[in-house]
Amino acid sequence: MKKKSLLGQAAAAPHVVWSVLFIIAPLLFVAYYALTDADGNFTFKNFGALFTAEYLEIFLRSACFAFLATAICLVIAYPVAYFISKTSPKTQKLLIVLVMLPQWMNFLIRTYSWMAILEDTGIINTVLGWVGLGPVHMINTAGAVILGMVYNFLPYMILPIYTSLSKLDPRYVEASADLGCNAFGTLLHVILPLSRSGIISGVTMVFVPSISTFYISQKLGGGNFDLIGDTIERQFMSAYNYNLGAAISFVLMILIIVSMTVMNRFGEEEGSVVT
Amino acid sequence: MKLKKLFLPLFLLLLLTAVLLTLSSCGGEKKEKVVLNVYNWGEYISDGSEGTLDVNRMFEEYYLETYGVEMTVNYTTYASNEDLYAKLKSGATGYDIIIPSDYMIQRMANEGMLEKLNYANIPNYRHIADYCKGLRYDPNEEYTVAYTYGMVGIIYNTKIVDEEDVGGWDLLWNEKYKGQILQFNNSRDAFGTAMYSLDINVNTRDIAEWKEALSMLVKQKPLIQSYVMDEVYNKMERGEAAIAPYYAGDYLSMVENNEDLAFYYPQNEKGETVTNIFVDAMCIPKGCGNKEAAERYINFLLSEEPAVAIAEYIYYASPNSLVYNNEGYRETLGEDMEMLYPDIDFEAVYGEYSYENLDIATLQAVNDLWEQLKIDSSTLGNGVYIACAVLLVLLVAWAVFSYVMKLRRRRYYW
Repeated sequence: MKKKSLLGQAAAAPHVVWSVLFIIAPLLFVAYYALTDADGNFTFKNFGALFTAEYLEIFLRSACFAFLATAICLVIAYPVAYFISKTSPKTQKLLIVLVMLPQWMNFLIRTYSWMAILEDTGIINTVLGWVGLGPVHMINTAGAVILGMVYNFLPYMILPIYTSLSKLDPRYVEASADLGCNAFGTLLHVILPLSRSGIISGVTMVFVPSISTFYISQKLGGGNFDLIGDTIERQFMSAYNYNLGAAISFVLMILIIVSMTVMNRFGEEEGSVVT
Repeated sequence: MKLKKLFLPLFLLLLLTAVLLTLSSCGGEKKEKVVLNVYNWGEYISDGSEGTLDVNRMFEEYYLETYGVEMTVNYTTYASNEDLYAKLKSGATGYDIIIPSDYMIQRMANEGMLEKLNYANIPNYRHIADYCKGLRYDPNEEYTVAYTYGMVGIIYNTKIVDEEDVGGWDLLWNEKYKGQILQFNNSRDAFGTAMYSLDINVNTRDIAEWKEALSMLVKQKPLIQSYVMDEVYNKMERGEAAIAPYYAGDYLSMVENNEDLAFYYPQNEKGETVTNIFVDAMCIPKGCGNKEAAERYINFLLSEEPAVAIAEYIYYASPNSLVYNNEGYRETLGEDMEMLYPDIDFEAVYGEYSYENLDIATLQAVNDLWEQLKIDSSTLGNGVYIACAVLLVLLVAWAVFSYVMKLRRRRYYW
């Protein structure tokens, strides 16, 4: 094997330093805290504490909320991305900017604003009141939390799908039509499989922040639908139980890795159907 | 080869540390300029907004005039005692003044995180009322100068809540107002509301008593609209919620935006006021860069003009006699004077109902109970789980279907 030039190594060095300092070292800290008690002695107690009905339930709840939010994002984002990729290049640029526009504002402010929109005395219910419709209770429900997730993370689903769709060679679609496949069949057997990579990265980019989010559930769920991120935040910020917090984070990390692996497998198998 | 691979990152790491070290050592060398880092609660000083007095700028001018040294005050804020503690505990240094609450001061003093004050540099300390000196968190008057105090009460909307229901803590458990009640989103204060109503000592070490309080909170959960901290302002001012336990000073800011709000200090059946009372006090944390300047800052905040400006801005009771005896201040507050400075036996109420620092074991147990309350999902509908299950079944069905189709196609081609 040819040795890399010194220059090449030098160019890679900052990245290596960055990874060691900000990715590997923090992971080691998490592992250290998760496996020790308050006095620094080695223990599995922190993980043991998680095998109670309460913690299992909160993990399950977070996974369910994130799963639903991801599914809804996918259903909304795919047609939007498809539509954008079919417009003229100039319009595409404009539409993508519009998709990203809300992201220019701070995440916390956007979520806080949803509170004002959804409340019983909020914007939607005020307008409904004018029309003579009774107030609809929306804030502090599971639906509000999922809405917050979908709203905040939707662009991360649209962008990768749009990218993979805009790179799709139109000749495949033409060939499919020439060979007698109808529009629906083309979508299902040609376009969908070819945009698989975009879907997978979109799902990853929505699912991971959704399952670990903490602010949305507190503000839009009124503290009644606490997710795993809320528990972790509390352990670090008010209970000072770094060890338990680290253990929960660790389990969450494993949970995410497992679900990503399963999903990637799933994606691959789906792809092999057409080949 | 392997060594070489290691060498470069290591070298860069060393370089980075060297740069950082030189950068950080720069601060101490210049002598003609002094910087004070003040770390305080949000909205807790008169800062020049809305035409008020900017106390920090005023101190800078005063310092230059009096000592001939240029002074810069770096003012930053935190949202809770716990945030402050976490930050200092994690090794952040360079803060010169902090203003935590009593129980947190007690913990920090116990853990050796505070400097002893030299009261000779704080002559204005004599204006602090005697009842705010030598309290439980600082019995020997070593570490603190009281800044404000206040009491928790219940804020309610007069348009929704009947006058006959108010008076005690039981308003927070009144079924009539289901879905319109707010509760603290922090363990100590939320448990406090239950413990005051059950007549349990809020500083008890007996876990059974904490569990008793927990069952009260569990019973209350279905009635609660949401667990809040600073969202309480919005929700009460807009009439979204009707009842909330919070601080008297904050009620005065809320009533400016919603005239329908009213406030009372909860009493027990005997007619005694039973509620949390707190004192926030100025302290100097270990690692302070310029202790003398910090003490001068404390002294300055106690002098009449800035102290009155602060008290008028933040609406909390001041233990400073220059403030509560000030004619202009009394006039500005008017009737609210009685609410902010209720006629109580301060030391007795403080001794009975203020929060004390809890030992680690109790704290841990309380946090576990709080976690139980927050995770408990008896209020959660099953819709989310059902939708998830349906989706999963559909996905699996689709996967199986595709797989079968694949097998069939294979057979067809071969």
